[in-house]
Amino acid sequence: MKKLLEIKNLSAGYDGNIVLDDVNLEVHSGDFIGVIGPNGGGKTTLIKTILGLIKPISGEMILHISKTNIGYLPQVNQIDKRFPISVIDVVRSGKSDSALFSSFRRNTAEKEKAESLLAEMGISEIRNKAIGELSGGQMQRVFLCRALMNNPELLVLDEPSTYVDNNFEGELYLKLKELNGQMAILLISHDVGTISFFVKTIACVNRNLHHHPSNIITEEQLASYNCPLQIIVHGNIPHTVLRLHDEHEHHEHHH
Amino acid sequence: MNTNTMNTIIELFSYDFFVNAFLASLLAAISCGIVGTYIVSRRIVFISGGITHASFGGIGMGYYLGINPLVGAGIFSILSGMGIQLFSSKGKVREDSSIAIWWSLGMAIGIIFVYLTPGYAPNLMSYLFGSILTVSTGELWLMLALAVIIILFFTFFYRTILYISFDEDFAKTSNLPVNLFNYLLMVLISLTIVLNIRVVGIILILSLLTIPQATANVLTREFGRMMFYSVGFAFLASFIGLLISYFADIPSGATIIFTQVVLFGIVKLIRAFNIKH
Repeated sequence: MKKLLEIKNLSAGYDGNIVLDDVNLEVHSGDFIGVIGPNGGGKTTLIKTILGLIKPISGEMILHISKTNIGYLPQVNQIDKRFPISVIDVVRSGKSDSALFSSFRRNTAEKEKAESLLAEMGISEIRNKAIGELSGGQMQRVFLCRALMNNPELLVLDEPSTYVDNNFEGELYLKLKELNGQMAILLISHDVGTISFFVKTIACVNRNLHHHPSNIITEEQLASYNCPLQIIVHGNIPHTVLRLHDEHEHHEHHH
Repeated sequence: MNTNTMNTIIELFSYDFFVNAFLASLLAAISCGIVGTYIVSRRIVFISGGITHASFGGIGMGYYLGINPLVGAGIFSILSGMGIQLFSSKGKVREDSSIAIWWSLGMAIGIIFVYLTPGYAPNLMSYLFGSILTVSTGELWLMLALAVIIILFFTFFYRTILYISFDEDFAKTSNLPVNLFNYLLMVLISLTIVLNIRVVGIILILSLLTIPQATANVLTREFGRMMFYSVGFAFLASFIGLLISYFADIPSGATIIFTQVVLFGIVKLIRAFNIKH
Protein backbone atom coordinates (compact mmCIF):
# COMPACT_ATOMS: atom_id res chain seq x y z
CA MET A 1 0.00 0.00 0.00
CA LYS A 2 1.34 3.34 -1.08
CA LYS A 3 1.49 6.05 1.53
CA LEU A 4 -0.25 9.12 0.10
CA LEU A 5 0.16 11.56 2.94
CA GLU A 6 1.20 11.75 6.55
CA ILE A 7 0.35 14.26 9.20
CA LYS A 8 2.75 14.39 12.13
CA ASN A 9 2.10 16.20 15.43
CA LEU A 10 0.14 18.80 13.54
CA SER A 11 -1.38 21.85 15.15
CA ALA A 12 -3.44 24.16 13.00
CA GLY A 13 -6.02 26.90 13.32
CA TYR A 14 -6.89 30.49 12.50
CA ASP A 15 -5.49 33.75 13.84
CA GLY A 16 -3.46 31.94 16.47
CA ASN A 17 -6.46 29.98 17.80
CA ILE A 18 -5.60 26.32 17.80
CA VAL A 19 -8.38 24.21 16.32
CA LEU A 20 -6.37 21.02 15.78
CA ASP A 21 -3.86 20.05 18.43
CA ASP A 22 -1.11 17.46 17.98
CA VAL A 23 -2.86 15.46 15.31
CA ASN A 24 -1.43 12.40 13.57
CA LEU A 25 -2.85 10.67 10.52
CA GLU A 26 -1.63 8.58 7.62
CA VAL A 27 -3.57 8.02 4.45
CA HIS A 28 -2.71 5.08 2.17
CA SER A 29 -3.98 4.08 -1.24
CA GLY A 30 -7.18 2.10 -0.92
CA ASP A 31 -8.22 3.86 2.30
CA PHE A 32 -11.80 5.01 2.79
CA ILE A 33 -11.78 7.15 5.91
CA GLY A 34 -14.90 8.71 7.35
CA VAL A 35 -14.04 11.88 9.25
CA ILE A 36 -16.60 12.62 11.94
CA GLY A 37 -16.81 15.01 14.83
CA PRO A 38 -18.85 17.91 16.20
CA ASN A 39 -19.17 21.22 14.37
CA GLY A 40 -16.18 23.39 15.13
CA GLY A 41 -14.18 20.30 16.05
CA GLY A 42 -11.67 20.86 13.25
CA LYS A 43 -12.89 18.62 10.39
CA THR A 44 -12.73 21.38 7.80
CA THR A 45 -9.46 22.71 9.23
CA LEU A 46 -7.98 19.23 8.76
CA ILE A 47 -9.06 19.17 5.12
CA LYS A 48 -7.83 22.69 4.47
CA THR A 49 -4.44 21.74 5.86
CA ILE A 50 -4.30 18.66 3.66
CA LEU A 51 -5.17 20.80 0.64
CA GLY A 52 -2.49 23.33 1.55
CA LEU A 53 -5.04 26.13 2.01
CA ILE A 54 -3.80 26.82 5.53
CA LYS A 55 -0.32 26.36 6.89
CA PRO A 56 0.29 24.30 10.03
CA ILE A 57 1.10 26.26 13.20
CA SER A 58 3.42 23.43 14.18
CA GLY A 59 4.07 19.88 13.10
CA GLU A 60 4.19 18.53 9.59
CA MET A 61 1.90 17.72 6.72
CA ILE A 62 3.81 15.65 4.18
CA LEU A 63 2.27 14.97 0.81
CA HIS A 64 3.71 12.00 -1.11
CA ILE A 65 1.65 12.75 -4.19
CA SER A 66 1.33 15.93 -6.22
CA LYS A 67 -1.15 18.52 -4.94
CA THR A 68 -3.09 18.24 -8.19
CA ASN A 69 -3.54 14.53 -7.50
CA ILE A 70 -6.01 15.36 -4.77
CA GLY A 71 -9.61 15.74 -5.91
CA TYR A 72 -11.60 18.12 -3.73
CA LEU A 73 -15.32 18.58 -3.26
CA PRO A 74 -16.01 21.60 -1.04
CA GLN A 75 -19.10 22.25 1.06
CA VAL A 76 -21.86 23.41 -1.23
CA ASN A 77 -22.52 26.51 0.85
CA GLN A 78 -19.01 27.76 0.02
CA ILE A 79 -20.06 28.09 -3.61
CA ASP A 80 -21.65 31.23 -5.07
CA LYS A 81 -24.67 29.68 -6.78
CA ARG A 82 -25.47 32.82 -8.77
CA PHE A 83 -22.05 32.94 -10.40
CA PRO A 84 -22.39 33.07 -14.19
CA ILE A 85 -20.77 29.74 -15.09
CA SER A 86 -22.04 26.70 -16.95
CA VAL A 87 -21.91 23.12 -15.71
CA ILE A 88 -19.37 22.07 -18.32
CA ASP A 89 -17.03 24.91 -17.35
CA VAL A 90 -17.31 23.99 -13.67
CA VAL A 91 -16.28 20.43 -14.50
CA ARG A 92 -13.46 21.58 -16.76
CA SER A 93 -12.14 23.82 -13.99
CA GLY A 94 -11.15 20.57 -12.26
CA LYS A 95 -8.22 20.53 -14.60
CA SER A 96 -7.40 24.13 -13.87
CA ASP A 97 -3.64 23.55 -13.69
CA SER A 98 -3.93 23.59 -17.48
CA ALA A 99 -6.06 26.74 -17.49
CA LEU A 100 -3.15 29.14 -18.02
CA PHE A 101 -2.96 30.05 -21.72
CA SER A 102 -5.67 27.48 -22.47
CA SER A 103 -7.34 30.01 -24.79
CA PHE A 104 -4.94 29.03 -27.54
CA ARG A 105 -5.01 25.27 -27.19
CA ARG A 106 -7.56 22.80 -28.45
CA ASN A 107 -8.01 21.05 -25.08
CA THR A 108 -9.77 18.16 -26.80
CA ALA A 109 -8.75 15.56 -24.22
CA GLU A 110 -9.90 17.83 -21.40
CA LYS A 111 -13.30 18.42 -22.99
CA GLU A 112 -13.78 14.71 -23.68
CA LYS A 113 -12.87 13.83 -20.10
CA ALA A 114 -15.42 16.35 -18.79
CA GLU A 115 -18.11 15.00 -21.12
CA SER A 116 -17.42 11.40 -20.17
CA LEU A 117 -17.60 12.21 -16.45
CA LEU A 118 -20.94 13.98 -16.93
CA ALA A 119 -22.20 10.95 -18.86
CA GLU A 120 -20.96 8.61 -16.16
CA MET A 121 -22.96 10.55 -13.56
CA GLY A 122 -25.96 10.60 -15.88
CA ILE A 123 -26.15 14.38 -16.13
CA SER A 124 -24.99 15.04 -19.70
CA GLU A 125 -28.22 16.86 -20.51
CA ILE A 126 -27.51 19.67 -18.05
CA ARG A 127 -24.05 20.41 -19.46
CA ASN A 128 -24.93 23.93 -20.63
CA LYS A 129 -27.09 24.94 -17.69
CA ALA A 130 -25.90 27.59 -15.27
CA ILE A 131 -25.04 26.12 -11.88
CA GLY A 132 -27.72 28.29 -10.28
CA GLU A 133 -30.40 26.28 -12.08
CA LEU A 134 -29.43 22.92 -10.58
CA SER A 135 -30.95 20.92 -7.75
CA GLY A 136 -28.81 20.03 -4.74
CA GLY A 137 -28.18 16.51 -6.01
CA GLN A 138 -27.25 17.67 -9.50
CA MET A 139 -24.88 20.23 -8.06
CA GLN A 140 -23.09 17.59 -5.97
CA ARG A 141 -22.72 15.39 -9.05
CA VAL A 142 -21.21 18.32 -10.95
CA PHE A 143 -18.72 19.02 -8.16
CA LEU A 144 -17.88 15.32 -7.95
CA CYS A 145 -17.14 15.39 -11.70
CA ARG A 146 -14.90 18.40 -11.16
CA ALA A 147 -13.05 16.61 -8.37
CA LEU A 148 -12.46 13.62 -10.63
CA MET A 149 -11.09 15.55 -13.63
CA ASN A 150 -7.45 14.84 -12.72
CA ASN A 151 -7.99 11.11 -11.98
CA PRO A 152 -6.95 11.82 -8.39
CA GLU A 153 -5.21 9.34 -6.13
CA LEU A 154 -6.99 10.86 -3.17
CA LEU A 155 -10.53 12.21 -3.14
CA VAL A 156 -11.48 14.61 -0.34
CA LEU A 157 -15.16 15.38 0.24
CA ASP A 158 -16.49 17.94 2.71
CA GLU A 159 -20.07 17.12 3.75
CA PRO A 160 -21.25 15.95 0.32
CA SER A 161 -24.65 14.89 1.65
CA THR A 162 -25.90 18.29 2.76
CA TYR A 163 -28.74 19.77 0.68
CA VAL A 164 -29.36 16.50 -1.14
CA ASP A 165 -32.31 14.14 -0.85
CA ASN A 166 -31.96 10.74 0.79
CA ASN A 167 -32.25 9.06 -2.57
CA PHE A 168 -29.22 10.76 -4.01
CA GLU A 169 -27.34 10.33 -0.75
CA GLY A 170 -27.47 6.55 -1.08
CA GLU A 171 -26.52 6.77 -4.74
CA LEU A 172 -23.58 9.01 -3.90
CA TYR A 173 -22.19 6.64 -1.29
CA LEU A 174 -22.47 3.68 -3.68
CA LYS A 175 -20.62 5.72 -6.29
CA LEU A 176 -17.91 6.52 -3.74
CA LYS A 177 -17.58 2.86 -2.85
CA GLU A 178 -17.04 2.11 -6.53
CA LEU A 179 -14.49 4.95 -6.87
CA ASN A 180 -12.66 3.62 -3.84
CA GLY A 181 -11.39 0.82 -6.08
CA GLN A 182 -9.26 3.40 -7.87
CA MET A 183 -8.54 6.01 -5.22
CA ALA A 184 -8.32 6.66 -1.52
CA ILE A 185 -11.22 8.64 -0.09
CA LEU A 186 -11.46 11.01 2.85
CA LEU A 187 -15.09 11.76 3.59
CA ILE A 188 -16.17 14.40 6.11
CA SER A 189 -19.62 13.96 7.53
CA HIS A 190 -21.68 14.90 10.53
CA ASP A 191 -23.84 11.88 9.73
CA VAL A 192 -22.01 9.17 11.65
CA GLY A 193 -24.61 6.52 11.12
CA THR A 194 -24.95 6.54 7.38
CA ILE A 195 -21.30 6.76 6.48
CA SER A 196 -20.30 3.93 8.78
CA PHE A 197 -21.89 1.51 6.30
CA PHE A 198 -19.61 2.66 3.52
CA VAL A 199 -16.29 3.72 4.98
CA LYS A 200 -13.51 1.33 6.00
CA THR A 201 -12.20 3.29 8.98
CA ILE A 202 -13.38 6.22 11.05
CA ALA A 203 -11.41 9.24 12.24
CA CYS A 204 -12.95 11.23 15.09
CA VAL A 205 -11.87 14.84 15.03
CA ASN A 206 -12.51 17.03 18.02
CA ARG A 207 -9.40 19.13 18.53
CA ASN A 208 -7.56 15.81 18.66
CA LEU A 209 -7.83 13.01 16.15
CA HIS A 210 -8.44 9.34 16.83
CA HIS A 211 -8.19 7.07 13.83
CA HIS A 212 -10.37 4.08 14.66
CA PRO A 213 -9.27 1.00 12.69
CA SER A 214 -12.75 -0.16 11.67
CA ASN A 215 -16.06 1.24 10.51
CA ILE A 216 -17.86 -0.01 13.59
CA ILE A 217 -17.52 2.27 16.51
CA THR A 218 -19.25 2.13 19.86
CA GLU A 219 -20.73 4.94 21.85
CA GLU A 220 -18.23 4.17 24.59
CA GLN A 221 -15.32 4.49 22.21
CA LEU A 222 -16.72 7.76 20.91
CA ALA A 223 -16.94 8.99 24.46
CA SER A 224 -13.39 7.95 25.21
CA TYR A 225 -12.27 9.74 22.02
CA ASN A 226 -13.98 12.85 23.35
CA CYS A 227 -16.10 12.83 20.21
CA PRO A 228 -19.69 13.68 21.15
CA LEU A 229 -22.27 11.42 19.56
CA GLN A 230 -24.49 12.88 16.90
CA ILE A 231 -28.14 12.00 16.66
CA ILE A 232 -29.26 11.40 13.12
CA VAL A 233 -32.69 12.43 11.98
CA HIS A 234 -34.43 10.54 9.19
CA GLY A 235 -37.83 12.04 8.73
CA ASN A 236 -39.02 12.94 12.19
CA ILE A 237 -37.58 9.97 14.02
CA PRO A 238 -34.25 10.60 15.66
CA HIS A 239 -32.18 7.46 15.87
CA THR A 240 -28.62 6.30 15.77
CA VAL A 241 -27.29 3.37 13.86
CA LEU A 242 -24.16 3.06 15.93
CA ARG A 243 -23.58 -0.28 17.50
CA LEU A 244 -23.74 -0.48 21.21
CA HIS A 245 -20.85 -2.21 22.85
CA ASP A 246 -21.96 -5.83 22.94
CA GLU A 247 -24.32 -5.76 20.07
CA HIS A 248 -23.59 -7.56 16.80
CA GLU A 249 -26.68 -6.73 14.80
CA HIS A 250 -27.23 -3.34 13.18
CA HIS A 251 -29.98 -1.27 14.63
CA GLU A 252 -32.94 -1.34 12.39
CA HIS A 253 -33.57 1.72 10.24
CA HIS A 254 -36.80 3.53 10.84
CA HIS A 255 -37.98 5.57 7.91
CA MET B 1 -36.72 59.35 -35.85
CA ASN B 2 -37.28 61.84 -38.64
CA THR B 3 -34.78 62.77 -41.37
CA ASN B 4 -34.02 66.04 -39.69
CA THR B 5 -32.78 64.45 -36.46
CA MET B 6 -30.86 61.87 -38.47
CA ASN B 7 -29.13 64.61 -40.42
CA THR B 8 -28.29 66.45 -37.24
CA ILE B 9 -26.71 63.30 -35.78
CA ILE B 10 -24.65 62.75 -38.94
CA GLU B 11 -23.67 66.40 -38.83
CA LEU B 12 -22.55 65.99 -35.23
CA PHE B 13 -19.87 63.58 -36.38
CA SER B 14 -18.18 66.39 -38.29
CA TYR B 15 -17.30 67.98 -34.96
CA ASP B 16 -14.10 66.74 -33.33
CA PHE B 17 -15.51 67.00 -29.84
CA PHE B 18 -18.40 64.74 -30.78
CA VAL B 19 -16.24 62.15 -32.52
CA ASN B 20 -14.06 62.11 -29.40
CA ALA B 21 -17.11 61.64 -27.18
CA PHE B 22 -18.34 58.84 -29.43
CA LEU B 23 -14.98 57.06 -29.28
CA ALA B 24 -14.78 57.62 -25.52
CA SER B 25 -18.14 55.95 -24.99
CA LEU B 26 -17.03 53.01 -27.16
CA LEU B 27 -13.72 52.56 -25.33
CA ALA B 28 -15.37 53.05 -21.94
CA ALA B 29 -17.91 50.38 -22.86
CA ILE B 30 -15.14 47.91 -23.71
CA SER B 31 -13.07 48.38 -20.55
CA CYS B 32 -16.03 48.79 -18.16
CA GLY B 33 -18.04 46.02 -19.80
CA ILE B 34 -15.29 43.44 -19.40
CA VAL B 35 -13.84 44.50 -16.05
CA GLY B 36 -17.34 45.11 -14.67
CA THR B 37 -18.36 41.54 -15.49
CA TYR B 38 -15.46 40.33 -13.36
CA ILE B 39 -16.41 42.76 -10.56
CA VAL B 40 -20.09 41.78 -10.54
CA SER B 41 -19.46 38.04 -10.84
CA ARG B 42 -16.99 38.09 -8.01
CA ARG B 43 -19.18 40.36 -5.88
CA ILE B 44 -16.50 42.99 -5.37
CA VAL B 45 -18.68 45.96 -6.28
CA PHE B 46 -18.13 47.55 -2.89
CA ILE B 47 -14.33 47.28 -3.20
CA SER B 48 -14.59 48.97 -6.58
CA GLY B 49 -16.69 51.74 -5.03
CA GLY B 50 -14.00 52.20 -2.39
CA ILE B 51 -11.25 52.45 -4.99
CA THR B 52 -13.27 54.91 -7.07
CA HIS B 53 -13.89 57.31 -4.23
CA ALA B 54 -10.39 56.96 -2.80
CA SER B 55 -9.06 58.19 -6.15
CA PHE B 56 -10.55 61.61 -5.37
CA GLY B 57 -7.65 62.04 -2.94
CA GLY B 58 -5.29 61.83 -5.91
CA ILE B 59 -7.32 64.34 -7.88
CA GLY B 60 -7.12 66.85 -5.02
CA MET B 61 -3.41 66.23 -4.69
CA GLY B 62 -2.98 66.68 -8.44
CA TYR B 63 -4.58 70.11 -8.22
CA TYR B 64 -2.44 71.09 -5.27
CA LEU B 65 0.84 69.92 -6.83
CA GLY B 66 -0.08 71.20 -10.26
CA ILE B 67 0.17 67.80 -11.98
CA ASN B 68 -2.53 66.06 -14.05
CA PRO B 69 -5.22 65.09 -11.53
CA LEU B 70 -5.72 61.76 -13.34
CA VAL B 71 -2.12 60.78 -12.56
CA GLY B 72 -2.80 61.42 -8.87
CA ALA B 73 -6.08 59.51 -9.14
CA GLY B 74 -4.23 56.56 -10.70
CA ILE B 75 -1.73 56.41 -7.86
CA PHE B 76 -4.44 56.72 -5.21
CA SER B 77 -6.70 54.11 -6.72
CA ILE B 78 -3.96 51.50 -7.05
CA LEU B 79 -2.70 52.21 -3.52
CA SER B 80 -6.20 51.99 -2.06
CA GLY B 81 -6.86 48.73 -3.91
CA MET B 82 -3.72 47.24 -2.39
CA GLY B 83 -4.48 48.90 0.95
CA ILE B 84 -7.92 47.33 1.18
CA GLN B 85 -6.44 43.88 0.50
CA LEU B 86 -3.61 44.46 2.96
CA PHE B 87 -5.83 45.82 5.78
CA SER B 88 -8.25 42.93 5.60
CA SER B 89 -5.74 40.12 5.06
CA LYS B 90 -2.89 41.21 7.35
CA GLY B 91 -4.40 43.87 9.60
CA LYS B 92 -7.40 41.75 10.58
CA VAL B 93 -9.81 44.56 9.77
CA ARG B 94 -13.16 43.32 8.45
CA GLU B 95 -13.18 43.79 4.72
CA ASP B 96 -16.18 46.10 4.47
CA SER B 97 -14.78 48.28 7.26
CA SER B 98 -11.42 48.36 5.50
CA ILE B 99 -13.14 49.50 2.30
CA ALA B 100 -15.03 52.25 4.14
CA ILE B 101 -11.81 53.53 5.72
CA TRP B 102 -10.05 53.88 2.34
CA TRP B 103 -13.19 55.24 0.68
CA SER B 104 -13.62 58.09 3.14
CA LEU B 105 -9.89 58.71 3.67
CA GLY B 106 -9.45 59.32 -0.06
CA MET B 107 -12.42 61.68 -0.21
CA ALA B 108 -11.17 63.57 2.87
CA ILE B 109 -7.66 64.01 1.47
CA GLY B 110 -9.14 65.20 -1.82
CA ILE B 111 -11.34 67.81 -0.15
CA ILE B 112 -8.48 69.12 2.00
CA PHE B 113 -6.13 69.50 -0.97
CA VAL B 114 -8.75 71.11 -3.22
CA TYR B 115 -9.39 73.60 -0.38
CA LEU B 116 -5.64 74.28 0.06
CA THR B 117 -5.12 74.86 -3.67
CA PRO B 118 -5.01 78.61 -4.23
CA GLY B 119 -7.64 80.01 -6.52
CA TYR B 120 -10.32 78.15 -8.41
CA ALA B 121 -10.06 74.41 -9.15
CA PRO B 122 -10.92 74.16 -12.85
CA ASN B 123 -12.92 71.16 -14.10
CA LEU B 124 -13.47 69.84 -10.58
CA MET B 125 -17.10 69.13 -11.42
CA SER B 126 -16.05 67.18 -14.50
CA TYR B 127 -14.04 64.76 -12.35
CA LEU B 128 -16.94 64.29 -9.98
CA PHE B 129 -19.75 64.01 -12.51
CA GLY B 130 -17.96 63.34 -15.79
CA SER B 131 -17.79 65.35 -18.97
CA ILE B 132 -17.58 63.09 -21.98
CA LEU B 133 -17.79 66.03 -24.41
CA THR B 134 -14.46 67.42 -23.21
CA VAL B 135 -12.40 64.20 -23.39
CA SER B 136 -9.08 65.03 -25.06
CA THR B 137 -7.32 63.08 -27.80
CA GLY B 138 -4.51 62.22 -25.38
CA GLU B 139 -7.01 60.70 -22.96
CA LEU B 140 -8.54 58.73 -25.82
CA TRP B 141 -5.17 57.17 -26.63
CA LEU B 142 -4.82 56.08 -23.00
CA MET B 143 -8.33 54.63 -23.03
CA LEU B 144 -7.52 52.78 -26.25
CA ALA B 145 -4.34 51.34 -24.74
CA LEU B 146 -6.28 50.19 -21.69
CA ALA B 147 -9.03 48.61 -23.80
CA VAL B 148 -6.41 46.68 -25.79
CA ILE B 149 -4.63 45.50 -22.62
CA ILE B 150 -7.91 44.37 -21.08
CA ILE B 151 -9.04 42.51 -24.20
CA LEU B 152 -5.67 40.73 -24.45
CA PHE B 153 -5.50 39.90 -20.73
CA PHE B 154 -9.03 38.50 -20.55
CA THR B 155 -8.57 36.55 -23.80
CA PHE B 156 -5.23 35.02 -22.83
CA PHE B 157 -6.25 34.17 -19.29
CA TYR B 158 -9.98 33.66 -19.73
CA ARG B 159 -10.19 30.31 -17.97
CA THR B 160 -7.74 31.23 -15.25
CA ILE B 161 -9.77 34.33 -14.38
CA LEU B 162 -13.03 32.40 -14.58
CA TYR B 163 -11.85 29.57 -12.31
CA ILE B 164 -10.25 31.86 -9.72
CA SER B 165 -13.36 34.05 -9.60
CA PHE B 166 -15.71 31.12 -9.26
CA ASP B 167 -13.90 29.15 -6.56
CA GLU B 168 -10.71 30.69 -5.23
CA ASP B 169 -9.91 27.86 -2.80
CA PHE B 170 -10.31 25.23 -5.47
CA ALA B 171 -8.09 27.23 -7.84
CA LYS B 172 -5.43 27.33 -5.11
CA THR B 173 -5.55 23.56 -4.75
CA SER B 174 -4.87 23.25 -8.47
CA ASN B 175 -1.76 25.42 -8.28
CA LEU B 176 -3.15 28.41 -10.14
CA PRO B 177 -1.29 31.67 -9.30
CA VAL B 178 -4.31 33.01 -7.41
CA ASN B 179 -2.64 35.84 -5.49
CA LEU B 180 -0.80 37.14 -8.55
CA PHE B 181 -4.04 37.28 -10.53
CA ASN B 182 -5.93 38.91 -7.66
CA TYR B 183 -3.40 41.74 -7.64
CA LEU B 184 -3.19 42.05 -11.43
CA LEU B 185 -6.96 42.24 -11.68
CA MET B 186 -7.04 44.80 -8.87
CA VAL B 187 -4.62 46.96 -10.87
CA LEU B 188 -6.79 46.61 -13.99
CA ILE B 189 -9.86 47.62 -11.98
CA SER B 190 -8.02 50.70 -10.68
CA LEU B 191 -6.86 51.72 -14.16
CA THR B 192 -10.32 51.17 -15.62
CA ILE B 193 -11.86 53.37 -12.96
CA VAL B 194 -9.31 56.16 -13.34
CA LEU B 195 -9.36 56.31 -17.14
CA ASN B 196 -13.14 56.38 -17.22
CA ILE B 197 -13.55 59.08 -14.58
CA ARG B 198 -13.65 61.70 -17.36
CA VAL B 199 -16.56 59.90 -19.02
CA VAL B 200 -19.07 59.64 -16.18
CA GLY B 201 -17.22 60.92 -13.11
CA ILE B 202 -16.25 59.50 -9.74
CA ILE B 203 -19.75 59.60 -8.32
CA LEU B 204 -21.26 57.70 -11.25
CA ILE B 205 -18.56 55.36 -12.55
CA LEU B 206 -19.73 52.40 -10.49
CA SER B 207 -22.83 52.33 -12.65
CA LEU B 208 -20.84 51.61 -15.84
CA LEU B 209 -19.27 48.68 -13.99
CA THR B 210 -22.55 47.21 -12.75
CA ILE B 211 -25.68 48.23 -14.69
CA PRO B 212 -24.74 46.89 -18.16
CA GLN B 213 -23.64 43.70 -16.40
CA ALA B 214 -26.96 43.41 -14.60
CA THR B 215 -28.70 43.88 -17.96
CA ALA B 216 -26.46 41.23 -19.55
CA ASN B 217 -27.11 38.90 -16.63
CA VAL B 218 -30.83 38.99 -17.44
CA LEU B 219 -30.06 37.33 -20.76
CA THR B 220 -27.14 35.03 -19.97
CA ARG B 221 -25.53 33.20 -17.08
CA GLU B 222 -22.29 32.52 -18.85
CA PHE B 223 -19.21 34.56 -17.92
CA GLY B 224 -17.81 35.03 -21.44
CA ARG B 225 -21.12 35.91 -23.02
CA MET B 226 -21.89 38.27 -20.16
CA MET B 227 -18.76 40.24 -21.05
CA PHE B 228 -19.81 40.63 -24.68
CA TYR B 229 -23.37 41.63 -23.82
CA SER B 230 -22.13 44.07 -21.16
CA VAL B 231 -19.89 45.82 -23.66
CA GLY B 232 -22.83 46.02 -26.06
CA PHE B 233 -25.30 47.38 -23.52
CA ALA B 234 -22.75 49.81 -22.08
CA PHE B 235 -22.03 51.20 -25.53
CA LEU B 236 -25.65 51.37 -26.62
CA ALA B 237 -26.76 53.22 -23.50
CA SER B 238 -23.72 55.52 -23.51
CA PHE B 239 -24.31 56.56 -27.11
CA ILE B 240 -28.04 57.10 -26.66
CA GLY B 241 -27.39 58.94 -23.42
CA LEU B 242 -24.80 61.09 -25.14
CA LEU B 243 -27.29 62.09 -27.85
CA ILE B 244 -30.07 62.82 -25.36
CA SER B 245 -27.76 64.93 -23.23
CA TYR B 246 -26.68 66.86 -26.31
CA PHE B 247 -30.17 67.57 -27.60
CA ALA B 248 -31.77 68.22 -24.22
CA ASP B 249 -28.70 70.13 -23.00
CA ILE B 250 -28.45 68.21 -19.73
CA PRO B 251 -25.30 66.72 -18.07
CA SER B 252 -23.88 63.82 -20.11
CA GLY B 253 -22.65 61.57 -17.26
CA ALA B 254 -25.97 61.57 -15.46
CA THR B 255 -27.92 61.10 -18.70
CA ILE B 256 -25.78 58.10 -19.65
CA ILE B 257 -26.42 56.46 -16.30
CA PHE B 258 -30.11 57.18 -16.52
CA THR B 259 -30.20 55.57 -19.98
CA GLN B 260 -28.34 52.51 -18.60
CA VAL B 261 -31.03 52.02 -15.96
CA VAL B 262 -33.88 52.52 -18.45
CA LEU B 263 -32.26 49.95 -20.76
CA PHE B 264 -31.96 47.53 -17.86
CA GLY B 265 -35.65 48.04 -17.05
CA ILE B 266 -36.69 47.45 -20.67
CA VAL B 267 -34.64 44.25 -21.02
CA LYS B 268 -35.92 42.96 -17.70
CA LEU B 269 -39.54 43.68 -18.67
CA ILE B 270 -39.18 42.03 -22.09
CA ARG B 271 -37.63 39.00 -20.43
CA ALA B 272 -40.39 38.75 -17.83
CA PHE B 273 -42.99 39.09 -20.58
CA ASN B 274 -41.33 36.37 -22.68
CA ILE B 275 -41.15 33.95 -19.78
CA LYS B 276 -44.87 34.39 -19.08
CA HIS B 277 -45.87 33.74 -22.69
